[in-house]
Amino acid sequence: MARSLKKGPYVEDSLQKKIDKMNDNSEHKVIKTWSRASMIIPDMLGHTIAVHNGKTHVPVYVTEQMIGHKLGEFSPTRLFRGHAGGDKTAKRK
Amino acid sequence: MARLAGVDLPRNKRIIIALTYIYGIGPKRSEKILEATKISPDLRTDDLTDEDIKLLRAELSIYHIEGDLRREVTMHIKRLQEINSYRGIRHKRKLPVRGQRTKTNARTRRGKKTGPVSKKK
Repeated sequence: MARSLKKGPYVEDSLQKKIDKMNDNSEHKVIKTWSRASMIIPDMLGHTIAVHNGKTHVPVYVTEQMIGHKLGEFSPTRLFRGHAGGDKTAKRK
Repeated sequence: MARLAGVDLPRNKRIIIALTYIYGIGPKRSEKILEATKISPDLRTDDLTDEDIKLLRAELSIYHIEGDLRREVTMHIKRLQEINSYRGIRHKRKLPVRGQRTKTNARTRRGKKTGPVSKKK
């Protein structure tokens, strides 16, 4: 079910704060975050956000098309390297 | 004979059903179209007058159907793939996109079963 419009998009407060601070100082630093559920909002455009995938932080460069998606969608949590003995090893990434 | 939105011409069916043969039109939308054009849903396709067909054609142009709709859908999938989102990756690898299990089932997306034991009698 979609989130109520009244509430607006969900962005973790700490992440929002960091973004705002960077925008004020017009810096571009990589921000680490664990908040995969945060929505990508226009403020984040052009920033690189390192999104945790349960193990490491995967850097995600935010482009215009990504707006409205969640950060976690760009940081895969599973890595499948193909089955043992398979002829065609599946490539990922 | 009725040719609407390209190549669709199911005859001998009630028009409300016949319209659903068009990609992008289901029962609900069909109902809506017939309401807007004041055509009885019980008419057979062959019994439609030229006037009716003209009306339907005008009404159909409001919606995204057939080729346009198909293109729209592929565009959306392409967008997901380009931004490298999880859903895009699942599309690329022809696996279920919405979190379904893949240990078994998922045959629609993965195609017919292959492998050593494919099916015994």
